[in-house]
Amino acid sequence: MDFMQILQLIIPAAIFSAAPLIFTALGGVFSERSGVVNIGLEGLMLMGAFTGALFTILGEQWGMGAASPWFSLVVAIIVGMLFSLLHAVASISLKADQVVSGVALNFLAAGLAIFLVKKIFDAGQTPIIQERIYKTDVPFLSDIPFIGPLFFSSAYYTSYIAIVLAFVVWWVLYKTPFGLRLRSVGEHPMAADTMGINVTKMRYVAVMLSGGFAGLGGAVYATSIAGNFSHATISGQGFMALAAMIFGKWHPLGAMGAALFFGLAQSLSITGQQIPGLKEIPEVYLLISPYVLTILALAGLVGRADAPKAIGEPYEKGKR
Amino acid sequence: MKLLKGKWSGITVPLLSVALGLLVGGIIMLVSGYNPIVAYAALFNGIFSNTYVMGETVRQMTPLILSGLAVAFAFRTGLFNIGVEGQLLVGWLASVYIGLQFEGLSPIVHIPLAILAAGLAGALWAFVPGFLKAKYHVHEVITTIMMNYVALHVVNAIIRTYLLAPGERTDQINASASLQSPFLESITDFSRLHYGFVVAIIGAIIMWFLLWKTTTGYELRSVGFNKYASEYAGINVQRNIVLSMVISGAFAGAAGAMEGLGTYGYMTVMADFTGVGFDGIAVALLGANGALGVVLASALFGGLKIGALNMQSVAQVPTQLVEIVIAMIIFFVASSYLIHWISNRVSKRGKI
Repeated sequence: MDFMQILQLIIPAAIFSAAPLIFTALGGVFSERSGVVNIGLEGLMLMGAFTGALFTILGEQWGMGAASPWFSLVVAIIVGMLFSLLHAVASISLKADQVVSGVALNFLAAGLAIFLVKKIFDAGQTPIIQERIYKTDVPFLSDIPFIGPLFFSSAYYTSYIAIVLAFVVWWVLYKTPFGLRLRSVGEHPMAADTMGINVTKMRYVAVMLSGGFAGLGGAVYATSIAGNFSHATISGQGFMALAAMIFGKWHPLGAMGAALFFGLAQSLSITGQQIPGLKEIPEVYLLISPYVLTILALAGLVGRADAPKAIGEPYEKGKR
Repeated sequence: MKLLKGKWSGITVPLLSVALGLLVGGIIMLVSGYNPIVAYAALFNGIFSNTYVMGETVRQMTPLILSGLAVAFAFRTGLFNIGVEGQLLVGWLASVYIGLQFEGLSPIVHIPLAILAAGLAGALWAFVPGFLKAKYHVHEVITTIMMNYVALHVVNAIIRTYLLAPGERTDQINASASLQSPFLESITDFSRLHYGFVVAIIGAIIMWFLLWKTTTGYELRSVGFNKYASEYAGINVQRNIVLSMVISGAFAGAAGAMEGLGTYGYMTVMADFTGVGFDGIAVALLGANGALGVVLASALFGGLKIGALNMQSVAQVPTQLVEIVIAMIIFFVASSYLIHWISNRVSKRGKI
């Protein structure tokens, strides 16, 4: 097996595995940049995956054909936004501990999604969806030598959307007045308030954006990787996205980079068996690498990672 | 409304939250076409109808008490240990390992040794986030979550590499390390009740004693109240943060031993988390981080989980409804601001 073949095996698989993580991590960036910790990403992703599977099946029944999974992605964004409202209301308006509220959101999503699956399908999981998001060769680009086969053949459109969105989020956060306001609310809410920015409103928007993105991430996972929804479909991807966000230093492009790297680790733990030299490394090292790296990053051993200053604190007007 | 202020608020907020949680569960059942009255009656029967289910409820409570104590202990000292699940897993593995490795020991030596090993393993796992928090100011919430996943994969790898028996699990532990009891099983119509609940109650007493009757406990609580004031008063804050996490982890590890030595007697390769560690967060919150509160909250959640099985078979309501109810209870406890706000509104208008 030559080097090119190895790359062809690893890189598309890494980008493929990374896409749901990128979406969800970008959602995390919005929420945490506004000062709201979102441990609930896992739950939001779970609801997204459930919605993705359910509405793809419904879309098939309604005669939407190949458009069904794409339709389900749109529904998943809306469901994610609505579901994240619970976290927003509890942690912003009711001043609940943001971590506790996020944990509760995860609990609720796990219970609610399986409850609904059992109610709707009378089984522990949804049927396998027929219309999945399949891999395609991008016209023209896949013919480019070297780069084409690596990045543009047998790839998923959702992966490109994820990567493009990372740049869009970067632009929104760092180049628009909206982004400046959002970040200021997370750094120094009182100063932002003094300047006439509605802290509560900004944080609601940020949390709902994180819900939409995480819902999309979950739905992409269900419609491209998993193919159905059960209690085991989302098991830790939300936390891995959280890890990617931190490892990427709360920056959209950093989060994307980290998610790609985690995707690589994930794909290596699957494809590694076929690659000489990697076979000897026990799978467990690849499996734990995203988490260990995040811990090291936080300890400042892989460059300092500074969280937004006001993160985790409910804002009370007039309190100093 | 007096009930919501002063010393009674510690009891009324959790009780109101439970009531509201059950109410939301009832509404969800109504919306999805179930009869909530029939379902809740079945749930209640499923907890109290015979000695078997009561034995199972106590068995279910046992690890919940210890994992709840673990979360509560950390909370008391201003830390949030979400890593109970991971600490529980390494504790479970350690207890099973000791149970397998030593033969011919008396149970009086073997059982405490295995529980101790579990506690130590959990403590070690919690030491990492504690140390990073104290030394590098790394937020323990993220590190403990990450440590959960590391634990899950590492524990599986160790079982697969060194302890594998047919059926993707370890062998059964030696009888001398087992908490299982034919006597307890026979008086509860052959439930899986074991002596672990005694250990859990002892754990609750230890926590109460440690926090409220010792100097160390006073220091730990003081750091939890106000880190800076404690520092000024000459308390070594860093040392206390690490100590708190380590003790919390020891409780979590012991919770794992309850599964390893009591309920199962072995450990399987885990496809996913047990959930007991995460339920500990709910238990601690509802139990207001007190030893007695944790025991009572464990009884409620343990009961709900066992009762849910009956609710499913009698009223066809999926067991996950109970998880929804538990999640809502956490929301309401966490948002106690809401309850206080409503009470203030009402009392200002002069009603009630």
